[in-house]
Amino acid sequence: MSAPVLKVSEMSVIANNRGHEVTLVDRLSFELRQGEILGLVGESGSGKTMACRALMRLMPSPDLKVQGGSVLLDDVDLLKLDSNAMRAMRGRRIGMIFQNPSSHLDPLMRIGEQIGEGFRLHQGASKREARALSIDLLRQVGIPDPASRVDNYPHEFSGGMRQRAMIAVALGCGPQVLIADEPTTALDVTVQAQILRLLLDLRDRHGLSLIMITHDLGVVAQTCDSIAVMYAGRLCEHGSKRDVLAHAQHPYTRGLIDCQPASSAGKSLLRTIPGQPPLLNALPNGCRFQSRCTHAGQGCAEVLPVMKSIGTAHAVACHHPLSVIQSVAS
Amino acid sequence: MSGPVLLSVNDLVVRFPAPGTGLFGLQKQWVQAVNGVSLTLSAGETLGLVGESGSGKSTLGRAILRLNDLTSGQIVFDDVDVAQGSSINLQHLRSETAMVFQDPFCSLNPRMTVGATLAEVLKVQRKVATQDIPARVLELLDMVGLRPEFAERKPGALSGGQCQRVGIARALAIEPRLIIADECVAALDVSIQGQIINLLLELRERMNLAILFIAHDLAIVRRLCDRVAVMYLGKIVEEGPVEDIFLRPRHPYTAALIQAIPEIDPDRPLPGEPLQGEPPSPLHLPSGCAFHPRCRFAQPLCSSSPPPTRYVGAQRYDCVLEEPVF
Repeated sequence: MSAPVLKVSEMSVIANNRGHEVTLVDRLSFELRQGEILGLVGESGSGKTMACRALMRLMPSPDLKVQGGSVLLDDVDLLKLDSNAMRAMRGRRIGMIFQNPSSHLDPLMRIGEQIGEGFRLHQGASKREARALSIDLLRQVGIPDPASRVDNYPHEFSGGMRQRAMIAVALGCGPQVLIADEPTTALDVTVQAQILRLLLDLRDRHGLSLIMITHDLGVVAQTCDSIAVMYAGRLCEHGSKRDVLAHAQHPYTRGLIDCQPASSAGKSLLRTIPGQPPLLNALPNGCRFQSRCTHAGQGCAEVLPVMKSIGTAHAVACHHPLSVIQSVAS
Repeated sequence: MSGPVLLSVNDLVVRFPAPGTGLFGLQKQWVQAVNGVSLTLSAGETLGLVGESGSGKSTLGRAILRLNDLTSGQIVFDDVDVAQGSSINLQHLRSETAMVFQDPFCSLNPRMTVGATLAEVLKVQRKVATQDIPARVLELLDMVGLRPEFAERKPGALSGGQCQRVGIARALAIEPRLIIADECVAALDVSIQGQIINLLLELRERMNLAILFIAHDLAIVRRLCDRVAVMYLGKIVEEGPVEDIFLRPRHPYTAALIQAIPEIDPDRPLPGEPLQGEPPSPLHLPSGCAFHPRCRFAQPLCSSSPPPTRYVGAQRYDCVLEEPVF
């Protein structure tokens, strides 16, 4: 295995809500290796998007701040950079694509200008060079007839093409790490398959490392190498795809897998996780999943579980992890 | 399993004028959202309507409840043609049918408490005597698994799943015989999705509801529905019992949709050749079979004449191919 490209340790994101501090992401740590696709899974509000925005230092509100820890991208701590230095990293070393391409592309700028902006800013390319590079990128992301499409505006593109264009914008200056925030949630299944295929091809061709934020375990199973599951701001399980999907140890991960309406036959009721995630401003002591957990026992109400390694590349934060035998049987 | 026919739609067509056309001599263009759809739904049956966005499935659902105007065709609900219906027929339709919408927040009035929202429906439809309304509201909340104190809350204080439960309670208020659920779990998290699906399954059993379940998630459709109809560019290209269609799709589009379902199986990689391209604009429908520009099995014939309708068992599909070759 290659060395980690990105190393996040003990990073927290705090929201200041009129004097009350709420922890949205609580001491998150993970590593991303070159060419690895990491699936970051969790329900809405679990902090997965916030964590990745913190890596990019793209906070949606000034009331949010990153606290403690470090984010090492090739030995540079992103959290210690000033805003100018961070701007030089964004796009060039680390890029991000978003769920809704329509709201993250400038509707008044031609597609080619938006892709070329990065070349002109980071590499000092001339207009003409930027345009040529943009056409090449559009071709790479599979836009038909890129030479004429480069002058289109976003509204002239369909949803899938806009997502391809946004990928082209993010790839422009050849970042090492790409964060994809629910890149296919707004798309139809057939287009989703095309975009996932594109991301896999780009990884193979450019050795890109990807963090894929998603709530769809099916997408994770098809594309990712490893999986990190978040619940209420904390990581609860992390491991290789096979370990996490086939031998889930955390009751929450198991519950998430069980409640997917798997496409196999069967008319029986779906299994569900009863209840709802806790509010982040009223977190329980101890494990945050305890109130919905069927395996809660001694210690769960008092002590916050920390990540413990249970295999070569598998770690879980649970006082009473499901045994391997049990999860295979179910 | 299914009772007498409750709803039958014959050759329904819905067209809208495209925005921004038709002024100052510009040729007026029409969005052909639904192009000759026929389907039937029996009492107690659940029909899944699937297709990509823009295939006209929501428009069809809304047109059936007459929330959209329709261009031509027939909608027979309970032996009454409501397509050309007078206001009395429409009133009958509205008192027997209900809709659950995709976005649970946008479909509730943020300034009304949950109790007031439910009471309003009961007042308008006059199915419950005024003095019995508060009791019925609590009964409805109980039916969808919400505690009585939720009657005093406003949508802003509810989670997405709870809002969707209120949306379902509102639909159930009039004791409908037909519910049209338009992507009603698409906006919810998986763990909550399951809860809502189970609620629908239970209510269907208990109330013998007919449900038209509009969705793009085929896995949910397979779990919930008795029959499934696949829409592409305003037409139903394949229709039949759920298991028949999932095990043996006969239209190439259905096959591509089923192949694209992401399954939680670490050993099943992404399909190597996903369906190429995206649906064409409903402003300019392709000639012949609307699917032919994306179809791997297209023949010269496909672009010139509409495909024949074929019947195999309980399955109906529109394709030149007699036997599936995929």
